[in-house]
Amino acid sequence: MNRQIVKLFAFIVVLFGVLVGFTSYWSVFDAKALKEKEVNRRPLLEAQQIRRGRILAADGTVIAKSIGKGKGAEKRYVRRYPEGSLFGHPIGYSFVSQGDSEFERFHNEELVGEESEFSSILDQILGHAQEGNDIVTNLDTEAQRVALADLEEAGFGAVVAIEPSTGEIKAMVSNAPYDPNRVPYELKKLNLNTIETPLLNRATQGLYPPGSTFKVVTAAAGLESGVITPETTINAPGSLEVEGTPLQNDFNEDFGPISLDTALTNSVNTWFGQLGQQVGQDQLFETMEKFGFNSTPAIDLPNQGPESEVAQSGIYEEEHLLHRNDPVDLARVAIGQERLLATPLQMAEVAAAIANGGKLMKPQIWNRVIDPDGRVVDKLDPSVYSEAVSAQTAEELTTAMEGVVSEGTGTNAAISGVPVAGKTGTAETPGNEACGGGENENQAWFMGFAPADEPKIAIAASVECTEQFGNDVAAPIFRDVAETILNGE
Amino acid sequence: MTAARNRELLALVPVAVLLTAGFAGVFAQENAQLGNLSLIYGAYFLAICIATHIFLRIRLPNADPYLFPLMATLTAFGFVMIYRIDETLARDQANWFVLGLILFALTVYFLRDYEVLERYRYTIAIGGLLVLLAPRLPGIGQQVNGAYLGVKIGPLAFQPAEFTKLAIVVFLASYLREHREVMIVGARRVLGVTLPPLKHFGPMLVVWGASMFMLVFIRDLGSSLMFFAAFLALLYVATGRFSFVVIGMVMFFLGAWFFAATVPHVHDRVEIWLHPYNEPQGNGYQILQSIFAQADGGLFGKGFGQSLLIIPGSHPPAQLLPAAETDTIYSLIVNELGLFGACGVILVYLLITARGFKVALLASDGFSKLLATGLTAVFAIQAFVIIGGVTRVIPLTGVTLPFISYGGSSIVANFVLLALLLLISDRARREAAEPAGRMAALGSPA
Repeated sequence: MNRQIVKLFAFIVVLFGVLVGFTSYWSVFDAKALKEKEVNRRPLLEAQQIRRGRILAADGTVIAKSIGKGKGAEKRYVRRYPEGSLFGHPIGYSFVSQGDSEFERFHNEELVGEESEFSSILDQILGHAQEGNDIVTNLDTEAQRVALADLEEAGFGAVVAIEPSTGEIKAMVSNAPYDPNRVPYELKKLNLNTIETPLLNRATQGLYPPGSTFKVVTAAAGLESGVITPETTINAPGSLEVEGTPLQNDFNEDFGPISLDTALTNSVNTWFGQLGQQVGQDQLFETMEKFGFNSTPAIDLPNQGPESEVAQSGIYEEEHLLHRNDPVDLARVAIGQERLLATPLQMAEVAAAIANGGKLMKPQIWNRVIDPDGRVVDKLDPSVYSEAVSAQTAEELTTAMEGVVSEGTGTNAAISGVPVAGKTGTAETPGNEACGGGENENQAWFMGFAPADEPKIAIAASVECTEQFGNDVAAPIFRDVAETILNGE
Repeated sequence: MTAARNRELLALVPVAVLLTAGFAGVFAQENAQLGNLSLIYGAYFLAICIATHIFLRIRLPNADPYLFPLMATLTAFGFVMIYRIDETLARDQANWFVLGLILFALTVYFLRDYEVLERYRYTIAIGGLLVLLAPRLPGIGQQVNGAYLGVKIGPLAFQPAEFTKLAIVVFLASYLREHREVMIVGARRVLGVTLPPLKHFGPMLVVWGASMFMLVFIRDLGSSLMFFAAFLALLYVATGRFSFVVIGMVMFFLGAWFFAATVPHVHDRVEIWLHPYNEPQGNGYQILQSIFAQADGGLFGKGFGQSLLIIPGSHPPAQLLPAAETDTIYSLIVNELGLFGACGVILVYLLITARGFKVALLASDGFSKLLATGLTAVFAIQAFVIIGGVTRVIPLTGVTLPFISYGGSSIVANFVLLALLLLISDRARREAAEPAGRMAALGSPA
């Protein structure tokens, strides 16, 4: 019988092996998928037992905090946003049943204090409860307030303000705003609001035709490629036949042979249309891509996969981005039309790159992570995203952009005593359904930086569905926000 | 053979350390400070273990030195887990542990000549099956999750299946010891399949019938599976005919299949097993929460006392992991101690199984061999049935995890099981040590 006993034992070893196999499958191999199952509320219930760290503005204003409810094993934390809708974008929300979004989602690990499994074992032995870290952001409360107030007056749209030398996001506002405190009660209602789309962060997800602001990118491509210098003149007639349809200047104005400064100051369509054609698609795309077009901005907001909350800018064919070999109407791309779409964040990055001598820094909302004991455990280390243009090109562009504000189409952006460089944009969007289908609707833009000689802040402001021009609605927002930030320095 | 007992004593030290560390972990979690209460618990437990050890030193000096410490490990582990769920349950469990050890001592004391069991095998078998019916008796019977598993007389509740499993193993070991030769020699081939002689087909059918009966009448798929698997294991060891096992398995599955289709309770259990997501808040809740708890454990787990068992803020408290102290205690272990902790638990069961079979290998007479095999097999299979249940290997049933789950009957019955194994072991090792004993053993039909 001994042989059978040994075989029986071997069989039981196999059975136990199956148990180990199944346990491994559930606890390790399939664990991620199981945790994401909708019927699995365990991760959420556990998450609310951890005191999530606070989110603070640069000046220490508390943007988000967790407050405890109940006691002992019943203890759970609920998120509160003391500033209401002021930081609804880009901070987002985090609730057990409704999930999380934007900054709250991207920085979830730091906020809940998740560490490696080994160090959490140590914590278990020592009996430490898991506690979240605080995050201090770069956001400027005053700038945020001014930007939101201006936007609420101007219309739906967004403002993004970046410190050129570091990529620190000083302000990011999207109108219509929402109050994250209301999310547990009316998430459905907010989601169903397709007219105001308050949950959409227009700064990172609003794709708009950039209009004339894009001429700065075209000019950059011309200077970088050597096709033009600041002195090169191109004849700019009132109208130009391109791909079978005329490309016109405002009021069909004929400028004759002019150079970059004059062309940008007066935003001359026929001049930039021809420049785009001379530069060629390859070079234009190369410059665009160096500025960040055709890629997801490297900002600290959810930017991966289907739940990405950051849109790519570029030339869109339906849902797809076109690439340098696809046929496009280059002259109209050069003046920010065609199927070109850009987010306010993208245009702010263009301004920031030029302001920073051609170097585009990665835009970041967070500044530092502080653990429960008050130690700074991580700090933003500004890094270069790309060398968009040379320092010389940046300087030449700055000079041209200063003309726009001092004597051209963007005079409303001027700040007394501070030189400002910028560019307006007014893209006609007739029949835009989002605007109710009106025939005179524009997408109004202003992007620029100040002070022009020693840039401290680069800003893009964009207003949807307005009958006014960039200089009328967008430039004043730029001015107010820039002034607020410069005064706060 | 004091060497064996010394090894046992040494093996008990880690048990006490484990227990103290476990309680310390739970205390640290609950009170945020380490009370000396954990040391008292550890010391108390160790004292009981040492008393048992001294008793074994006197009564069974030659018995296997590892079985008791291994089982004490599981018990200690179970204590900590149960303490962490509910302090009062842990106190109950401690009382059951003491009662279990008393029954253990009585078994060792009075059944020194355990062959006496052979003489009463039919009485034992019938008694074992009769108590199974008790849960269906009005007044004392209890229904849990649709199965009739428990009996409650006054404050005392017990699950007869735990004791029936011992009765059935004793009966089968004795029956097969007597008839195995005939079953091997008398087997014939019918249509290419080796069948046992008809005369012995009857008793086999009876056992099959008994387990089917349990399925329908007691509605206990788990115990039914456990008994029948132990029967097949014994049949195989006794006859060496794998074909008998195959026939038995086919019969069991045909029966189970038939009843799964006709008996709603059995049907539900299978349905939940196959499609738990159909009713995530209803029937599928327990198995899904069991698996979600495991997914949450990962490699190292969340630590002693860290698992979430009740949905916070729910009134009345809603269970996040239902039956955490009994059915799903393994999932709780995975949740708190991770895959590594769970593998440790499975390893202990495997070591006990290995030691149990070692006892069977050493035993010289057929009854001892079969009894040790049967007891070990039924123990291992029980662990498999419930761990397999909560990991969705097989349908989830209400079998306890031996020595770990909360439950008096389980602890007591398993300590009797341990006593029997140690009795067999003591004799086998004594005989192995004495040449005379070995000579005598040659005479018996080993």
